[in-house]
Amino acid sequence: MASALPITIRNVTKSYGAFKALDDVSLDVRSGEFITLLGPSGSGKTTLLMTLAGFTRPDAGSVRFGEDEILLTPPHRRGVGMVFQNYALFPHMTVGRNVAYPLKLRKVSKADVAERVGQALDLVQLGHLVDRDVSQLSGGQKQRVALARAVVFEPRVLLMDEPLSALDKKLREQMQIEIRHLHEQLGMTTVYVTHDQREALTMSDRIAVINDGRIVQLDDPETLYERPRSRFVADFIGESYAFPVQVDGQTAAYAGRSLTLAGPPDSAAREQLLVVRPEKLRLLAADEPAGTLNVIEGMVREKVYQGESLLLYVDLPDGTSIATRQSTQREVLDRIPETGQPVRLGIDPQDTLVVPAEDRAA
Amino acid sequence: MSSPAGAAGAGAPNVAELAARGRAEKLRIFLLSLPGVLIIGVIIFVPVAWLFGLSFLEMGGGLSLVHYERLMHPSYYLTFQTTFELSFLVTAICVLLGYPYAYVMVQATGIWRSLLLVAVLFPFWTSLLVRTYAWLVLLQRRGLINNWLVGSGIVDEPIRLVHNFTGTAIGMVHIMMPFMVLPLYASMRSMDRNLLLAASNLGASPAKAFWQVFVPLTLPGLFAGVILVFVLCLGFYVTPAVLGGGRVMMWSMQIERSIAVYADWGAASALGVILLVVTLAILAAMTRIFGMQQLTGNR
Repeated sequence: MASALPITIRNVTKSYGAFKALDDVSLDVRSGEFITLLGPSGSGKTTLLMTLAGFTRPDAGSVRFGEDEILLTPPHRRGVGMVFQNYALFPHMTVGRNVAYPLKLRKVSKADVAERVGQALDLVQLGHLVDRDVSQLSGGQKQRVALARAVVFEPRVLLMDEPLSALDKKLREQMQIEIRHLHEQLGMTTVYVTHDQREALTMSDRIAVINDGRIVQLDDPETLYERPRSRFVADFIGESYAFPVQVDGQTAAYAGRSLTLAGPPDSAAREQLLVVRPEKLRLLAADEPAGTLNVIEGMVREKVYQGESLLLYVDLPDGTSIATRQSTQREVLDRIPETGQPVRLGIDPQDTLVVPAEDRAA
Repeated sequence: MSSPAGAAGAGAPNVAELAARGRAEKLRIFLLSLPGVLIIGVIIFVPVAWLFGLSFLEMGGGLSLVHYERLMHPSYYLTFQTTFELSFLVTAICVLLGYPYAYVMVQATGIWRSLLLVAVLFPFWTSLLVRTYAWLVLLQRRGLINNWLVGSGIVDEPIRLVHNFTGTAIGMVHIMMPFMVLPLYASMRSMDRNLLLAASNLGASPAKAFWQVFVPLTLPGLFAGVILVFVLCLGFYVTPAVLGGGRVMMWSMQIERSIAVYADWGAASALGVILLVVTLAILAAMTRIFGMQQLTGNR
């Protein structure tokens, strides 16, 4: 098994003219951790990954694998495995020779090469395709070969650049689980880049959300989803709606009602945004007591039946329109009001979050 | 919805009409390509067949192999040898100069790439004859190059650069260079840059990445260039005639002489047939060795 190394990224900055691709980024990746860099295109996530691989030269900063500073090391001496977005398999080599390539460069003996290539291909369930031409493989098979090639030389760090974006949805979901299992088996420190928030939530130990060249939040998937700390993160991860409230300590005032917050907010500002996720809102029956739930009232604007759930669009008193996702269990369906009727929505104080009204440079 | 599969029997609707439509479409495509096919037939296949026929007719008009028998003469053999030696040499020099040039072109960006491309294409926009005579001016005894060589003391006496094998080779390399560079450039351009990054990431030094990944993947372009240049060299006339000054006898000049000096169409045809057969044989051999896909550049 490869020995996993922690990665220490300090103050890495990279500008292209006036555009800051990386703006003083610092990040600690623990040894053996699966960390995902998540962000919209142009956010700097790929620039950061390419910096780790050695294909982008930053203007300043430090990157260490364990104790070794690697920023000044050329890419071919960094000993990192990388899976490229378009696989980057060598078309003039067979599957087996592709996987053997990094071993041959390391002067591994012939017998060992054959054995390790076999093991790596077995790991991705392609042992039977050793002699196949790369051009004869399907997209999913190519991605597996690329994966085998990236791990066969037991790199200290594994990097993946949107490796699944070219695959169809079903295969993608299957590969997410496979890569996750592979990571558990091999235990390499892994940095994964994607713009797909669902993929990030499924696979990662922790997710670094990147926007405008900065890490805006670094947390485990659950915290990131349940406790976004900015409007950007709430929007980018999953679905969310926001409307302005007046915050005072641990309560927020909205349309004459007082809402209890999950905890003291990050910002002391009075005007903040209440962020709700569609599935966190509970439809209350007309006479149902709210109990400890915070209550928001509104008017049903539209109902969209989607099979496993129903989207209920609600207009709030201040004109904001939000959506709530309701289960299609019979007892819930039966109490959904008609369009134009008033509706009471309950939300657990634990799910009642406020974020600063304006993100930095949003 | 109508009944599924197996409905092509008598009861199925529109069977005859759809088949008729299919035939009509094939006919239209045939008619559309007919002019092209006819032109190619008239300007290529008919003359070649005629050439072939002529080469087997003696002066009087009877069938004979007399023209081919005459080709056994040593002077023809020498011409044949010169033609191949020169073609090999020019092709080899084109590879040595053209590959790095195409590589620089691919690496260059913006205005530099355009300039390099224009430099390759420029010869195409000027007359072959003009370029050849320009070399004559440059290479002659009192030409620019010899003046410089003598003036700077590198040589004491002007060296013979023209009206010989050297001059012919220099001129031909210049003329042939675009045919080498352009296919090379195309294959280098179309190569996925990530493959080089992948090689580097897997531990290959820049030199190893170049030789183990870049070069093998640009071989199709190289083969295309080699074949183009070599085949064009085999039949080259103007440049060897001017720069060789009659001392470098190419196959094509032998053909010209047969007609212009001896008015012997039969002999000229026989020479033409031999050149054609040899060229086709080389193409066939190359194709056999490297595979047709590599030659046409697609995988």
